[in-house]
Amino acid sequence: MIDYWPLLGIALVVAGFAVRFNPLLVVAVAAIVTGLLGHMPFMKVLATLGHGFNENRYVTIIWIILPVVGLLERYGLQERARALIGGIRGATAGRLLIVYLAVRQILSALGLTTVAGHPQTVRPLIAPMVVAAAEKQHGELDEETVERVKAMSAATDNVGLFFGEDIFLAIASILLIQGSLASFGIQLTPFQLSVWAIPSAICAFLIHGTRLLLLDRRLGRHR
Amino acid sequence: MINLHWLYVLAGAVFAGFALGSARDETNAKRWGNAAFWLLLTVSFWFGDYVGDIGNGVLVLAIVAIAGFHLIGRGSKQSATPRERQESSARRGNWLFLPALLIPFTAFVGTLLFNYTPLKGLNLIDPKAVTLVLLGCGVIIALVVSYAWLRPPLLAAIDEGSRLMNGVGWAAVLPQMLASLGVIFAAAGVGTTIGSIVGAIIPQGSMFLAVLLYALGMVVFTMIMGNAFAAFPVMATAIGIPILIHADGGNPAVIGAVGMLAGFCGTLMTPMAANFNIVPAALLELKDQNGVIRAQVPTALAMLAANILILYVAGFHL
Repeated sequence: MIDYWPLLGIALVVAGFAVRFNPLLVVAVAAIVTGLLGHMPFMKVLATLGHGFNENRYVTIIWIILPVVGLLERYGLQERARALIGGIRGATAGRLLIVYLAVRQILSALGLTTVAGHPQTVRPLIAPMVVAAAEKQHGELDEETVERVKAMSAATDNVGLFFGEDIFLAIASILLIQGSLASFGIQLTPFQLSVWAIPSAICAFLIHGTRLLLLDRRLGRHR
Repeated sequence: MINLHWLYVLAGAVFAGFALGSARDETNAKRWGNAAFWLLLTVSFWFGDYVGDIGNGVLVLAIVAIAGFHLIGRGSKQSATPRERQESSARRGNWLFLPALLIPFTAFVGTLLFNYTPLKGLNLIDPKAVTLVLLGCGVIIALVVSYAWLRPPLLAAIDEGSRLMNGVGWAAVLPQMLASLGVIFAAAGVGTTIGSIVGAIIPQGSMFLAVLLYALGMVVFTMIMGNAFAAFPVMATAIGIPILIHADGGNPAVIGAVGMLAGFCGTLMTPMAANFNIVPAALLELKDQNGVIRAQVPTALAMLAANILILYVAGFHL
């Protein structure tokens, strides 16, 4: 007989996010409820939560980059990014992001996933450049359009990363696939697996690239 | 050998700086809450290995309490006026990009050096920590160069860093909290339960429906867990290996690789993948917390269709 009660934790997360309680609070409550429903005593739940948090500290290290980004913004980094794009004829939001998508996919495929990212490149460089290009195409942007263009910059970074990194042989997900299949006696090399990430990478470039061109059309229309 | 602990010392110091910078910002009515929040992260980075699992659990509850009871806010202090920034940008020109690009450049050169040259054999850096160590080196180099060139006030980096950090706020810790939730989910057997549910509804006789269920299972389970890594072993065990590979004779390389990529489509559509979806929304100061997800859904759905097609065609018909 399978015990379905721990799944209630998932329902709690979905409901908590939906009604917009503070997500940290939602996740902590869901973790404790799931543990208790899974027949763990409270102190064991608390210890597991603390252990998990401590083991995953590396996820939060990325923020050490903010003092550099903030310092350069004080001296006009975002303004500079805008000025640079303003000086390039034919630069549009969509074309800029298509170039970034290709670069991000290629770098990720070479295993250079941390060369770019939201704190490293999107906030200080890409987003201000794309907003500046959109202003050139469209004139003054309303708030909704600025939001959409910024969100598309972040989305492009994610798409480029996700559908590029698996082409690299030594990435964690490829090793995980290899390990999972090996435990069932199916032996594959990382190369055999990573080659099959290429069709999806090409599809991602075509699909997301098309959406970026459509973004350009929408920005140009209201001129 | 340089390992993760060196970085934890550095990160703890930076978060202590954020606490100090937050406390200095009188325009933030809740500045002491912010300072306490970042100081607790310093405690975690510096002393997390010495306070035991229960101690860390209490630390987590304290961090959650500060955020959950809305004790953190953000200030409105601006160190430079838009005009000053404009002038500085015009005066210094494209050289301003140099310190910003030093960080990716260090990561780039370092990755090449430590993977493809004899430096690899010297064991200077723990292989598991290479990317983060290079990030840390890049940050230090960029800070030194910026201070030498721009000559800002001593605490400027701390003040500016705190300004951005408090803009992100509690979302900064959400990815780490979700990873801890994943640990609890695993300990409570959530994965095996979901695997058995999916395994029980496998359609008989239709290869295409089995492929569809495998891909959709990856997407849904990834959306719940926030990453495809947790979903893959479960779905591979429930459907991928017994049905698609063994019973239907699918190509194992395609089933494995493209199955994972189907999961990535789920990552694009869930707030649980906070570091990719919620954190950038905060970092870019979007009004809509789910703005990045909204921008990604059409791409994710089209990519899901593409991956299902690749699974079906390349997995069984090539």
